[in-house]
Amino acid sequence: MKEIRLHGLGGLGTVKAGEIIVYASVMEGNYGNSFPFFGFEREGAPVVSYVRLGDEPIRPKNQVYKPNCVIVLEPAVMNAVDVYQGLKPDSVLVLNTTHTDIDKFDIPPTVKTVALVDATKIAMETLGRPITNTTILASFAKATGWVDCKYLKDRISQLFGEKNVDAFDKGYELTKVIEIH
Amino acid sequence: MSRVDVLNGNQAAAIGASLARPGVIAAYPITPQTPIVEYLTQFKVDGKIDSAMSEVESELSAMSVLTGASLAGSRTFTATSSQGLALMYEPYFRASTLRLPIVMAIVNREMISPQTLWGGPQDSLTIRDAGWIQIYVEDNQEILDMMIQAYKIAEDKNVLLPINICYDGFYLSHMSERVEIPAQELVDKFLPEYEPEHIKLDPKKPMAVDPLTSGYLLMEYRYRHLAAQQEALKVIEEVDKEYADLIGRSHGGLVEEYRCEDADCVVVTMGSMSGAAKEAVDIKREEGYKIGLLRLRVVRPFPSKRISEVLKGKNCFGVVDRNVSFGWNTGILYQEVNSAMYRHGGDVPSVPFIGGLGGEDVKIEHFLHAIEKIYEGAADGVDCEQTIWLTNER
Repeated sequence: MKEIRLHGLGGLGTVKAGEIIVYASVMEGNYGNSFPFFGFEREGAPVVSYVRLGDEPIRPKNQVYKPNCVIVLEPAVMNAVDVYQGLKPDSVLVLNTTHTDIDKFDIPPTVKTVALVDATKIAMETLGRPITNTTILASFAKATGWVDCKYLKDRISQLFGEKNVDAFDKGYELTKVIEIH
Repeated sequence: MSRVDVLNGNQAAAIGASLARPGVIAAYPITPQTPIVEYLTQFKVDGKIDSAMSEVESELSAMSVLTGASLAGSRTFTATSSQGLALMYEPYFRASTLRLPIVMAIVNREMISPQTLWGGPQDSLTIRDAGWIQIYVEDNQEILDMMIQAYKIAEDKNVLLPINICYDGFYLSHMSERVEIPAQELVDKFLPEYEPEHIKLDPKKPMAVDPLTSGYLLMEYRYRHLAAQQEALKVIEEVDKEYADLIGRSHGGLVEEYRCEDADCVVVTMGSMSGAAKEAVDIKREEGYKIGLLRLRVVRPFPSKRISEVLKGKNCFGVVDRNVSFGWNTGILYQEVNSAMYRHGGDVPSVPFIGGLGGEDVKIEHFLHAIEKIYEGAADGVDCEQTIWLTNER
């Protein structure tokens, strides 16, 4: 079972991003669950969402404490929240950032893979709004390979339309994946 | 065709209720139930359901509208949480004592004070003796399946009682997961139309409903109401089997047993926390503990015989309550299970636990700890006046 924690701000689609990952897993014939910590909308406030993926039905409905992957949808969240908390050995970190290398970050030794993308810039250029969830889902897919891009894009198209699929494609192309040895 | 989708608990409830084709829906929004009302309204706007939607100004009105609709022979649906349920109490009681098979989802939310809106079944458990059937579920598939089964149970001629399908706020209401949605034709085959015979407002055949009634007759009503609750024990099991035969899923009927058969000790749970508890049971089994899990599904009627059959002869059991019984210094279910044991099962030592109030997370680690305490109880005896609180560090 893979466990994922998403950090964002209310209004960025943090919760929806988790649901889209689960959708992709389920459409491939696997399982998943996802739920937000706050559970209701609070625009601008830090939001956390949890995802579990697996090839068998997933029983725990708990919060995720030791994630295999952390996704950060908005750089400012990192000033307010310890997004690295509990990251497991060989874990994956997906960051929305203007930086293109990892020297600027105090990345914990348990992280093996880091994906960097300027999702806010891509979202502004593609959507005209700094809503980063569809862009950063591409970075997640590129860095982990845990779900099929086809199903992510299907759901994004159903929910948000084709411009967001463009944001996804651009996000995939511009995401820099760094393996830490 | 049945299909697979990713649904949150409120979507599963709304879709499940829609598949039962209710004639009248009346609901007032309250967190965390609100999305159910939104989904159903959207279904209506999109032409997916032909139910009459009544826009009410409170939960008190919602239940009152459904009381009238049900008396007029309609199949009905509503949903609420916590303070909304509290406001509904007067017509809530009347719906059951008028024997109206209304179905209501309760998205369990902790009770005030202090102000809170997170999950916990204190709201519905507090009014467990208002005559309704109450069933508590573990995941979103079970929410959807039980919405459909609820009508079959409630409308059974030997039951004719309203029913609550209860699920944890946020942990299920806002959690998305894989859910299989049965085809409408299958549900139609499972669930025939509602044809009331016992009570119906008909201008051509006037009848007095709910006139002032003497204690002599009121006792007769209560006698039959209690008997109907006992009949429901059988009907819930039958409906579970029938659903499994036709649609392919069983949720265990009155209770779910997990690795209980050869167990020497058992942890008793209810609701969404049961998944984490099953993980803990598996971990402890690996370590050599012969632990099992009993998941309570039906709280009213209380399946006392069925529960005692599972727990009889065990060395010890523990009950993890996500609620409190203020006067007992334990959770409510601990007292219920113990009553069942003293009636049918004999004296098995038992440990009371309370955890997860106000939506606090009940983690796998909590259950590992609880299982250790149950085995300590088996070895050294239990002081059942001392509830063990499962808390999180801050």
